[in-house]
Amino acid sequence: MSKCVCMIAEFRGGNFRRVSFEVASEGKRIADSLGLSLCGIAVGSGVADKAADLGRYGVDKVFVADDPALENYVAEAYVPVVAEIVAKCDPAVIVLPASVDGKDLGARLAGRLQAGLAQDCTEVVCENGAVKAKRPIFAGKCFAWCEWAEGALPVISCRPNVMDCFAPMEDKRAEIEKVDVSIPAARSRVTGVDLDTSGKVELTEAEIIISGGRGMKGPENYALIEELAGLLGAAVGASRAAVDSGWRPHSDQVGQTGKVVNPNLYIAVGISGAIQHLAGMGSSKFIVAVNKDPEAPIFSKADYGIVEDLFSFIPAFKEEVEKHKSTCS
Amino acid sequence: MLEDLLKKGGLAVNIAVLLKQTPDTESVIRIAGDGKSIVTDDLKWIINPYDEFAVEVALRLKEKHGGSVVIVSWGPQRVVESIRTALAMGADSGVLIDDEALEGSDSLGVAKALAAAVQELNPDIVLCGSRAVDYDEGQRGAMVAELLGWPHLALGVAVDSDGSKVQIDRPIEGGKVAAEADLPAVATLGGSHAVWNPRYASLPGIMKAKKKPLANKKLADLGVDPSECGAGAAKIRVTALEMPPERAAGRIINGDLDTAGKARELVRALHEEAKVI
Repeated sequence: MSKCVCMIAEFRGGNFRRVSFEVASEGKRIADSLGLSLCGIAVGSGVADKAADLGRYGVDKVFVADDPALENYVAEAYVPVVAEIVAKCDPAVIVLPASVDGKDLGARLAGRLQAGLAQDCTEVVCENGAVKAKRPIFAGKCFAWCEWAEGALPVISCRPNVMDCFAPMEDKRAEIEKVDVSIPAARSRVTGVDLDTSGKVELTEAEIIISGGRGMKGPENYALIEELAGLLGAAVGASRAAVDSGWRPHSDQVGQTGKVVNPNLYIAVGISGAIQHLAGMGSSKFIVAVNKDPEAPIFSKADYGIVEDLFSFIPAFKEEVEKHKSTCS
Repeated sequence: MLEDLLKKGGLAVNIAVLLKQTPDTESVIRIAGDGKSIVTDDLKWIINPYDEFAVEVALRLKEKHGGSVVIVSWGPQRVVESIRTALAMGADSGVLIDDEALEGSDSLGVAKALAAAVQELNPDIVLCGSRAVDYDEGQRGAMVAELLGWPHLALGVAVDSDGSKVQIDRPIEGGKVAAEADLPAVATLGGSHAVWNPRYASLPGIMKAKKKPLANKKLADLGVDPSECGAGAAKIRVTALEMPPERAAGRIINGDLDTAGKARELVRALHEEAKVI
């Protein structure tokens, strides 16, 4: 079989996660540059019914491993299954999501395949028939270009929200090949799944983020930015200072020891802008800073700065956003 | 002796922590003259924070069940200081793989060396950070587990063990998952300082640490062929570094505007100029 580019989709709760389509689109761009076809790997429980949808994003053929035992991601169970399919389709490049599970799968898979893995890539280019990938290091303080040794298999995990996703080609369907997989008896298992159904937007996937820092003065004041976030469909983040003070859960922390985010709009409220925070949000497309200290380093990164007390500004801003929404709708 | 007895009863756990030394998170990163590495002259070196969480978790499990904690690291002799810090926190011994053949290794090469060291130590649990704050390769734990043929659990924000299994809570996008693995197993740590609150080394701890065993090893001591994990074996390499694009100077919205006026102007700018709302 001729070589292909291979994308690995992520299936959870009965649907492909959006990042799968971004990865398919990126896979298609790479495949076109290299003159190869694009294969997909879809693993999960109930995934067979949805797999053809990957065709809308340029996948020619999807290898499907559908088994109730694959309901939840467990590295030990998924990796042999994926590796078996990889051996079948003999890819020149593998792309997958740099999601929580995707990064883990990629690492164990690269170990099994003795391949070179570049995690969390933000750009992939093809030169002279080979791929090069760019990835943030030091939480975005710097970027590294990676290249692969002759004969090594590139495995590239793509950071969510970065790669352009094609407009779906509604009438296109991928060819499906079901694979009979032998799932090894795993010594690890998922014992509980607790999905947040509150509709809260995940930080790393949010288009708009509003983060509060030390200037919020206490956990009770976060209601201010939560209301604003509700209005804008935004996720709420926090600086390390706020998390260390116990005001916000660690899962909200943005920065070098928290999450690295890249929304369209990042609103930093009462955040001075320590270097480790700037590293985590510096790649946001637009940055707004609200801080009463005009010397705060955050202003050097902000597209729009508001030097004002947040407790008077945020309610006023919320009111204006409400007005704006009512005139737009 | 007592520890061995406890272990037979399925209680004590021997833990290896894979520890990387990284530049302090407050460091300013500059690209070196070769264009593909960073300037390291003036850097302050620390234990990778996520590995420090792993040390903390290991010590808590040891306090609960008995057993031992060994620190396994790699790199030049400056790494000794970080291992000693972990020993001062309460770990029992250390191994440093200091072999220049590891210069230019990729994650897989490092994982091979670490897996060999772990194999020799034969622990029940291997703990390490889910990532390192320098190159953020995010591969070490899962790769070592794969090379050892052990199960692994990633990104724990709560970890426990009863001596026969290890359990974690793991945040995923929009929720969390509880998972467990039979020992021996690898678990990697997520979370933050606020979650783990890693202990500081006490003064008596620092004194004791000086006398704790710390072995320097070469790859050959671990039965690893340097040609299989050094630069020559690397599947992937960094060929260039670049700084993020400088952000164009922003605009402070002030003028003679009052609070409401600034709010109105910001909404206008976000809608008309940035087109993000």
